[in-house]
Amino acid sequence: MKISFRLNEKMIEIETAPDRRVIDLLREDLGITGTKEGCGSGECGACTVLIDGVSKLSCLMLAAQLEGRSITTIEGLVQDGKLHPVQKAFVSHGAVQCGFCSPGMVMSAVDLLQRNPLPGRQEIRRAVSGNLCRCTGYQKIIDAIQSAAKELD
Amino acid sequence: MTEALAPIGTVLTRSDASAKVQGCEKYAADYYPQGMLWAGVKRSAYAHAKILRIETSKAVEVTGVAAVLTSGDIRGSNRVGVPEMDQPVLADDKVRCKGDPVVLVLAENKKALELALEKIEIDYEVLPAVFDPREALKPDAPLLYEQRPGKNLLLSGTLERGNGAASLKDCKFVVEGRFKLPWQEHAYLETEAGVAGINSEGILEITASTQTPFRDRNELSHALGLPADKIRVTAPYLGGAFGGKDGITVQGLLGLGAMHSGDRPVKMWTSREESFLSSTKRHPAELHYRLGCTQDGILLAMTCEVVLDTGAYAALGGAVLAMVLEHAAGVYRIPNVFIEGFCVYTNNSVASAFRGFGAPQGLAGIEQMIDLLADEAGIDALKFRLKNAVNRGDTTGSGVLMSNSTGIISCLKKVQRHPLWINRQDWVNNAPAFKKRGVGTAAGMQGTGYGPVILDIANAKTELLPDGRFRIYSGVADMGQGNNPTNIHIAGEILNQAPKDFELLQPDTGSCLPSGSSSASRTTFSFGNALIGACKNLKERILTRACNLMMGAYFENLLLARGKVLDMTSGREISLQAIASSMTEQERISIFSYIAPAAKHPESVNSEIRFLGFPHRIFSFACHLALVEIDELSGEIEVCDYLACTDAGRILNPQIYEQQIHGGIVQGMGYVLWEDFRIHNGDVLCRNLATYILPTAVDIPDLQSLAVETEETGPFGMKGVGEIGINLPYPAISNAVAQALGRRIYEGPLTAERVLKCLNSNPTGGKSED
Ligand code: FES
Ligand code: FES
Repeated sequence: MKISFRLNEKMIEIETAPDRRVIDLLREDLGITGTKEGCGSGECGACTVLIDGVSKLSCLMLAAQLEGRSITTIEGLVQDGKLHPVQKAFVSHGAVQCGFCSPGMVMSAVDLLQRNPLPGRQEIRRAVSGNLCRCTGYQKIIDAIQSAAKELD
Repeated sequence: MTEALAPIGTVLTRSDASAKVQGCEKYAADYYPQGMLWAGVKRSAYAHAKILRIETSKAVEVTGVAAVLTSGDIRGSNRVGVPEMDQPVLADDKVRCKGDPVVLVLAENKKALELALEKIEIDYEVLPAVFDPREALKPDAPLLYEQRPGKNLLLSGTLERGNGAASLKDCKFVVEGRFKLPWQEHAYLETEAGVAGINSEGILEITASTQTPFRDRNELSHALGLPADKIRVTAPYLGGAFGGKDGITVQGLLGLGAMHSGDRPVKMWTSREESFLSSTKRHPAELHYRLGCTQDGILLAMTCEVVLDTGAYAALGGAVLAMVLEHAAGVYRIPNVFIEGFCVYTNNSVASAFRGFGAPQGLAGIEQMIDLLADEAGIDALKFRLKNAVNRGDTTGSGVLMSNSTGIISCLKKVQRHPLWINRQDWVNNAPAFKKRGVGTAAGMQGTGYGPVILDIANAKTELLPDGRFRIYSGVADMGQGNNPTNIHIAGEILNQAPKDFELLQPDTGSCLPSGSSSASRTTFSFGNALIGACKNLKERILTRACNLMMGAYFENLLLARGKVLDMTSGREISLQAIASSMTEQERISIFSYIAPAAKHPESVNSEIRFLGFPHRIFSFACHLALVEIDELSGEIEVCDYLACTDAGRILNPQIYEQQIHGGIVQGMGYVLWEDFRIHNGDVLCRNLATYILPTAVDIPDLQSLAVETEETGPFGMKGVGEIGINLPYPAISNAVAQALGRRIYEGPLTAERVLKCLNSNPTGGKSED
């Protein structure tokens, strides 16, 4: 079937099977590989994207569900060549090691700060608890999100 | 100078972070070459069986299937593995564990691939299997390798010092403990992945998520029957590894696929389930200790028996056993010791390298024993450790001479002076209703490098580019720990250039030089030292050439500055670009080889164990402190505070240093508290991240990290910091939990279920053993 949706601010029309997973559509059909797959079953958060501004797991979504929606992936956060404040904070606070969880983690953090501009540390921990990171121990990720919140505020 | 340089010892934000956080860094999993085929594997349904017949015709007929391959299609030895090449790329005569790869399929898409895999029929003759290492050692146990003289015993080691076990009777206090430690799964976020193809010159090119690109090339050459110069392996940034990609994962299958794909590239990326099923794990261990001391709490004697289940193939199991033996007596002087260890084949999943490499198992044992004995002798746990800990020049209970920097006593003292330790009793006494609190410590070390026999060599290559910038050719993969950015930091310091002035080429067997594995806390230690050598030579060459070009300039008056050489006496300068353009390519490239120091002292262990790495020369040290609160109703353990004091030598970059400490601790917390990787009769029961529970952001407190910076022979005085953090959460938290419960749980992980069982079996909280 043909579906059309907005991808990182650009209208897209694509021919695809309705049951194609969104993550495959992104990575394999559209060739944008920033969104990662760590489990394929909703348990790791590496595939997090924003659908109409709300975080969703792209490994659990099907292409047909994108019709008429607006999807933001990690590639869409950079504006005018500048990193999003959350991305900037991840870099400066050392929140990135292997980096495989980072795109999903950043998307979850962006979603959180839209809903709750000044979250406490526990709120941040809860908000990213669906995003697994095997490298960092999370502390620097929490630091980064907290500092981005202050910067955005 | 406009741009600030980043001196060693200060925070330099990682040069890889920006691309990673934008999603534009390409991992092995992110390659989708034009015209590629998907590769997938039919795995064994049995833990131990003879392969009688493989029927592939129905699979071949599936639309979209390009090739169906079995071991008969392999030209080489069909064996990979280090040091023993015993693991088939595709099983030939028999399968030795569930998950063994038997048939490789190449297909246009994943749907065709799955369908074809279902249509493969394999006839097996099921053989008796063995799943318990102690059973496997019995004379009538089924054999995994009929021809092996040692039968199911991969390797054993014995270590005797002083009067050994006989001295236990001279001790005033003696305690005994039997510990059972679980499997642990690496669970890196990027599962095994790679792509392969044959290029126009007939070279097999493989890009894979691997810690060992150069070793892979040699093994692939052997297994697939291709000369090494016809194989090129490249290693982009890994999405985590922790030892689980120390060796071949999908590379053999990819290579085989590419050789039969009709010149099309091939991609393989395991699902989480397949990764759990087929990847290596941390060795589960059984440890039986006796430990004794004098009236004054001076350690006198220890015995220890270790049994490791290494699963169906050798992998690095023998070397892991050597590390367990080396760390089994911890950081203490114990004059009379008998340690015996067995690493045993079973029909379970393969166990191999995992961050800490055996040290976490050894230390989980000895550090719980120390608490038991300190308790028995009525001495506070830290004082007891301080009484017995090694100084430089001392020998540990395992017979390891502490010839190099030894900061364990400083680590212990720092923890002893910390408010969390000083105020611990008040904190414990203030437990809320239905909660029990406990405080525990543990101390330990981590050996660096490959040990006394196998040379730990790194070969660095660096180039002054024609535009006056520099290139580093890395020989060691960056699995996330940040050795690439650290190499830029190091080279920047020696050459006095800003990070931006460098580009770094990731390991590529076609253009970089073999430098060993990314493992053993040796990656930055060894490659960094080689890189310093290469940069120093290059610097000298640049300054010498500047003398040639600037008539009347003297070497000693020249300063290598950012982008130029400056004559300090006259103020004249010459750009690096001008210098580069006066050089041949050969002159612009500098190569340096570094060999890490190895232990020379004799010791009382058998030669096989020595060959596999016993003893080490350089150690990092640490003391950890854990404060836990247990919910009496749910049995759940909350770690409320956690402190690590680490001696990993001088700190090059405080941010990367802390990353390693934090990451190691939390992986260690997972090991002791939640990560219950279950394998029953060879069946992997944990198939996803819903049943294998990793620590999440809400499960851990903010961690505190202190450093003791002894001076060592790594770059700028550093020692390895990649592993030490994971070694102590197991015993520190177990000790804290034992204090809270008033009794010890000897089998890990300390799940809520086990805690509840312990609470219920002894509600008054008296002291007794499980
Ligand atoms: S890949 Fe979607 S949650 Fe793990
Ligand atoms: S940085 Fe590696 S998984 Fe998070």
